[in-house]
Amino acid sequence: MSKSGFYKMIGVLLVLAFCLAPAGAWAGKALKIAIVAPSASNDLAFTQSIVDGIKAVQKERTIELAVTDGTFIVEDAAAAIRDYAQKGFDLVIAHGSQYGGSLKEIAKDFPKTAFAWGTSADTFGLPNVSSYEAASDEGGYVMGVMAAALSKKGGVGVVGPIEVGDAKLFVDGFVAGAKAQKAGIRANVNYIGSFSDVALAAEAARAHMATGADVLTGTAQMVVGAIGAARSRRVAWFGTQANQTELAPEIVVACQVYKWEVILRKILADLDSGVLGGKKYAITLANNGLVIEFNDAYKLPAGVKQAGLDAVAAIKSGKIKPLR
Amino acid sequence: MNDFWTATILVATVASGIRLATPFLLASLGEALGQRSGVLNLGVDGVMLLGAFGAYYAVLKTNNLLLGVAVGVLLGALLGLFYAFITVNLRAQQGISGIGIYLFGLGMSDLLFQKLVGTPRPIMPFAIVRFPVLSDIPVIGEMFFDHSLIVYVAFLLVPLFTFIINRTTYGMNVRAIGENPEAADSLGVSVGRVRYSALIIGNSLAGLAGAALAIELGIFQQNLTNAMGFIAIALVYFGAWRPIGVMAGSLVFGLVASIVLQCKTLGIIPRSASDLAAMAPAVITVLALVVVANRFRQPAALTKPYIRGQ
Repeated sequence: MSKSGFYKMIGVLLVLAFCLAPAGAWAGKALKIAIVAPSASNDLAFTQSIVDGIKAVQKERTIELAVTDGTFIVEDAAAAIRDYAQKGFDLVIAHGSQYGGSLKEIAKDFPKTAFAWGTSADTFGLPNVSSYEAASDEGGYVMGVMAAALSKKGGVGVVGPIEVGDAKLFVDGFVAGAKAQKAGIRANVNYIGSFSDVALAAEAARAHMATGADVLTGTAQMVVGAIGAARSRRVAWFGTQANQTELAPEIVVACQVYKWEVILRKILADLDSGVLGGKKYAITLANNGLVIEFNDAYKLPAGVKQAGLDAVAAIKSGKIKPLR
Repeated sequence: MNDFWTATILVATVASGIRLATPFLLASLGEALGQRSGVLNLGVDGVMLLGAFGAYYAVLKTNNLLLGVAVGVLLGALLGLFYAFITVNLRAQQGISGIGIYLFGLGMSDLLFQKLVGTPRPIMPFAIVRFPVLSDIPVIGEMFFDHSLIVYVAFLLVPLFTFIINRTTYGMNVRAIGENPEAADSLGVSVGRVRYSALIIGNSLAGLAGAALAIELGIFQQNLTNAMGFIAIALVYFGAWRPIGVMAGSLVFGLVASIVLQCKTLGIIPRSASDLAAMAPAVITVLALVVVANRFRQPAALTKPYIRGQ
C-alpha cells in the first residue's frame, strides 16, 4: 500500500469511528446509580434491602452501581451524596431518614441530577427529589397478629432503634396487630436510642424476656444482637426489612421483606422519560413491595399462620388499615 | 414503677448491668495499666474491634471458643507492640497516633469482615457457667453467678491487677515510670521495656474485651463496639487509674444502662423521653468524672514521651 493510500485508510477509519462511537456509546450506556446508606450493605436489614432492590433491577437493565455504606454519621453521608452528584451519577439514593436535611441543601445545587430519599414522604418540593417509604406498619400488623396468636405467656416485645421513619411505622403496626388479635396482650416497646448498638439491643431483648415476653421482634440493623439473645432462650422472633432466617433458623417465624425494586422500576421509568423527581412512592403489601416470607423450618401452628395470611388479605383488600 | 421492684426484674437488671459492664471493665483495666506507665492510647476502640473480629472469625471457622479468645488477645498484643514502637521508639504524639490505631482497627475489621465473611453469620456464644451452691442462692445466685466464664474472669482480674500494680516490683516500676521516668531510669529501670510490656498487656485486654463482646453476642457487625473503647478511656479517669475504681465506673455505666433499658421496657420511662433516657449512662459517667477528676491527679508523665537526658 502506498503512503497516501495508508493515510486515506486511516482517515476513513477515523471518520467511521467518530460517526459510530456516540451511537454505540449511547446504546450501551449504563445508568449510573449510587446508594449512600447508614449500615453495611450486607446487614440483613435496612441497607441490604435497597442494595438487593437495585441488584434485582440490574437483571433487567444495565446499571453501574456504587455503594457507600456504613455512614452512620450524617456529615459523612452528605459528603458522599455531594461527591456522587459531582461525579455525574444519574441517580443518587440517600437511604436514610436522617439524611433528609443534608439532601435538601445538596439537591438544590445539582438540579440536573436525580435524587431519591427514603424512608420519607417528603420531596421538599424539589423537582429532582423523589421520596420513597415502606408501609412497614402493614407487615408489622401481620407480624403482631401472628405474635399475639403464638404467645403463650400473653406478652410480646419490640426492640426499636429511634422512633422515626419506617422503624416507628413497623413498631406501631406490630403493636396494633397484637392488640387486635388479643386485646389483653402486653406489647412492650423498647426504643434503645441507637441504630447501631448491638450489645444494647441484645440486653433490650433480655429485658423483654424478663418481663415475660415469649415472642419478640425488632427493626433496624442492630437487631442482630436481639436475635442472638432470643435464640439463646429459644424465643420466637419476627423479622423485618430483610429475611433474617439464616441468623437463627430455629426461632425466626417469618419476616417482612422489602422489595424496593417495585418502586425503583418506577423511578427509573421516570428518569427514562426525563422526570428527575418530585414524586412520592411507597412499597405496600398490595403492590408486592412488601412480602411476608415464612421460615419453613419453624413449626408454626396452622391457625397462627392462617391468622397472618388473613391479615395480609384484609390489608390488601383495604378492609384493615393498620394505623388509620 | 411497682413493676420494677420485683425480684425477677431486679435480678434481670443487675445481671444485665454486669454483662454490659464486662467489655468496659476489660478494656479500661488494660488502658489503666498503660496510662499508669505514662502512655495514653486513644485507639482502644480500634483494638477492641480487631480483637472482636479476630475472635469471631476464629470461632466461625473452628467452633473453638478458646481459640477465638486467644486470637482476640493475640491481635490486641500485636497492636500493643505496634503502638509501643510508635510511642516509645518513635516518640509520636500519643493522642494522634492513638486515633490512628482506632481508625486502623475500625477500617481493617470492616474490610476483613466484608472480604472474609460478608453477611453476618451467627457463632456459638459463651455458655453460662454455674457454680454449685453459689448459683443456687435465691436472687444473689441469679444476679452474680449465672454468667459466662469471661464475666468472672473480668472481675477476677480486678484484684489481680490491684495486687500487681501495688504489691509487685513490676507494678512499682510501672507507677514510677508513669510519675517520674527520669528518676526510674537513673535507678536502672528500663523505661522503654516497662512501657512496652504495659502496652502489650493493656492492649491484650482490649483485644480480649472485643473478643468477649463478639462471642457473648454470637455475632459480628461493622463497628460492633459502637465507641465502647472511648467510654473505657473515660472510665479510667473515672476510676482514678485504680483497678477498683475502674470496676466501679464500669458497673455504674452498665447498671445505669440496664436500669434505663428495663424502665423503658416496662413503660416507666415514656416513649417520648426514650432518646433522652438513652443518654443517661454517658451523662452520669461524665458527672461522676468531673467529681473524681478534681480529687485525683493523673500520672505526671502521662502522654509525655521519654527522652533520656532531656
